[in-house]
Amino acid sequence: MLNAISQIFSVTWFNLRTLPQRIGSSATAIFGIAGVVAVMVGVLSIAEGILRTMQSSAAPDNAVVLRSGSNSEMMSILLGDDSRIIAEAPGVARNASGALASPELFVVINLTKRGTGTDANVPLRGVTRAALDVHDDFRIVAGRMFQWGLNEVVVGVGAQTEFNGLDIGSTIPVAQEDWPVVGMFETGGGLAETEIWVDASVLQPAYRRGNSYQSVYAKLESPEAFAEFKDALTSDPRLNVKPMREADYYAEQSAMLYNLVTGLGTLIAVIMGLGAVFGALNTMYTAVSARAREIATLRALGFHSGPVVISVLAESLLLALTGGVFGAALAWWAFDGFRAATLNFTSFSQVAFAFDVSPTLLLRGVTFALVIGFIGGLFPAVRAARQPVSEALREQ
Amino acid sequence: MKYLYLVWSNLMRKKLRTLLTLLSILVAFLLFGYLGAIRQGFSQGIDVAGLDRLIVRHKVSIIQLLPQAYEARIEQIDGVEDAVYQTWFGGIYQKPTNFFAQMPVEPDQYLDMYPEFLLPAEQRAAWLKTRSGAIAGRSTAERFGWKIGDRIPINATVWTRKGGELTWEFDLVGIYDGAEKGTDTTQFLFRYDFFDESRQFGQGMVGWYTVRVADPDRAAEIAAAIDAEFANSPYETKAEPEGAFLQGFANQVGDIGFIMMSIIAAVFFTILLVAGNTMAYAVRERTNELAVLKAVGFTDGGVLALVLGESLVLTALGGGIGLGLAWLLVSAGDPTGGSLPVFYIPARDLAAGGVLILLMALIAGILPALQARRLRIADALRR
Repeated sequence: MLNAISQIFSVTWFNLRTLPQRIGSSATAIFGIAGVVAVMVGVLSIAEGILRTMQSSAAPDNAVVLRSGSNSEMMSILLGDDSRIIAEAPGVARNASGALASPELFVVINLTKRGTGTDANVPLRGVTRAALDVHDDFRIVAGRMFQWGLNEVVVGVGAQTEFNGLDIGSTIPVAQEDWPVVGMFETGGGLAETEIWVDASVLQPAYRRGNSYQSVYAKLESPEAFAEFKDALTSDPRLNVKPMREADYYAEQSAMLYNLVTGLGTLIAVIMGLGAVFGALNTMYTAVSARAREIATLRALGFHSGPVVISVLAESLLLALTGGVFGAALAWWAFDGFRAATLNFTSFSQVAFAFDVSPTLLLRGVTFALVIGFIGGLFPAVRAARQPVSEALREQ
Repeated sequence: MKYLYLVWSNLMRKKLRTLLTLLSILVAFLLFGYLGAIRQGFSQGIDVAGLDRLIVRHKVSIIQLLPQAYEARIEQIDGVEDAVYQTWFGGIYQKPTNFFAQMPVEPDQYLDMYPEFLLPAEQRAAWLKTRSGAIAGRSTAERFGWKIGDRIPINATVWTRKGGELTWEFDLVGIYDGAEKGTDTTQFLFRYDFFDESRQFGQGMVGWYTVRVADPDRAAEIAAAIDAEFANSPYETKAEPEGAFLQGFANQVGDIGFIMMSIIAAVFFTILLVAGNTMAYAVRERTNELAVLKAVGFTDGGVLALVLGESLVLTALGGGIGLGLAWLLVSAGDPTGGSLPVFYIPARDLAAGGVLILLMALIAGILPALQARRLRIADALRR
């Protein structure tokens, strides 16, 4: 046993020491694998970034109520009476000023993207005073909060960076008026940072919504109170609504986009990975055939084929690891934190997010590289071990 | 001919290596073709946008409705031939992921506005006779296995029926085909009169207009005239050419073209390194033989051509098969399962693929080829 291990070590070490002689073809394999990993991690970091934005929007004790049949706020309609009934439901938390239930309007406004200058559906949210207690991570980071009843707006930091004309002091054109931007807010990285907020009572007439809303956000007494809240609403004959936990709601909102990007990224990575496997195979076959005599000599000296196989595999895995780490590092350097905005089909509005090269993703990239290296080394290793000693020694 | 034979036997010398190089080139071109189709899918058919058509929508955002009465006013504007309206229905068939566009339209006017939607005359007549009738594009009909005569239930997300009912039922009376490859055959169209009398609210309001102009060269001027007509009214408009509108919508998703180009560039750079290095290695290995060829009378140019030819044959084979496979894969359907309005490899991408094959063969082969040409017989034979 000990003998076998020492054989493995000595053959592998011997093998790796000759690597510099094959620097050209080894570098090829490394670059090939690095390219694959960089592209894979880069594309998947888009999906991760979107998911992260959506997830950090959710508070565990918050619920969203939409009209049943609607799968986004954009599609939903709730009348003023509905929102009052929802606010009185059991399970809703209360403070001095009343129930923590915030009826909201959700529409889009056509602005242009910074950089490209092309159209973008920027979400515009009409809120009531309760919104500030329900969305308790909301805080103004520049300028001031809008005054209730006036046509002033505050913009999310994501919206301000992604779209034109949202700096404090500028105005946005709504309903033949220009609404001044008076402040900028954060919500802890969530979806709302792509939005523009205004008093709902100002937005209702501007978008001809009468006394209607689209959603009610409610802060519950505790996360467990949701079941009671939900039962009360769904069994109320006056209402026709769909209550959801915020986390479930945002997961549903991002599902289509996340699946599309992840599916596409995986497909590209698998096809590219195949290409890299072929490259690695070529490199390792070349390496094995260049060392055919050495390997045959070792075998003639009494080394077993097992250590030979392992030594070739070890070389291949080492090359793959180097490529994988290099590619992952490249992706992290180039993409992590890169800000972009895209259209979420489900809500028909823009989402600003940052590419998220997470540690899990880096690990997945390196693992993928090792899989490529393993497949790329296995067949040449087996060939090296199987080659008849006498024939290989006779080769020039 | 004798050159081709020589090239071939050189390639066959190490069959495994040739095969592996071929396969990695194949993969690059497979991705190239496939990503080309995806980019085309996201472009929403901009290539086939009518030059003589404008889209008119609410100035503040497309989700806001316009009065149906605008049709007559638009049609009176000088240079406008016809105007039709559409509304986004946004319903769900069975489950939310079964996405396709559904719109109430005026059948005759709409089909005249979009002559690239080919509907057999008798189906068109049947649609005009059936108030609850609807037509679907070929790809959506095939996606869900619909046949003419089927009842299609669609759940409203916005447009509830009178009485708050969510489910709308339509009778499928026709299936339209696209006149061109890029025509959107995913739409589901039903009658506006049926929609307007059945909906719970919003009577007399429509989503946006498509306008045909007599002279495409005057499109910008006419778009400005339309916007001026409705300026300072409660419903101001934004008119723009159909191509610009679709481009704008595609841009909302992000710069898909740029992302795809970056990925393709990374793929090609990677593959080029791998394939180029292997080819260079294969030539270095044969230095002796090349010297012999020169000794028996091959010119410098002849040897150069031989090595370049080898690179070209390998790349052309790999690239050709790769593009062919991409074409097969794309024909099998898009990755979202039918949500992209169009999904095919455009001819210009195939042509670009051809150019890339030549370019890649040249880049991968030129260094070893030059080396071979420079080879001095005496030196090489002595090695």
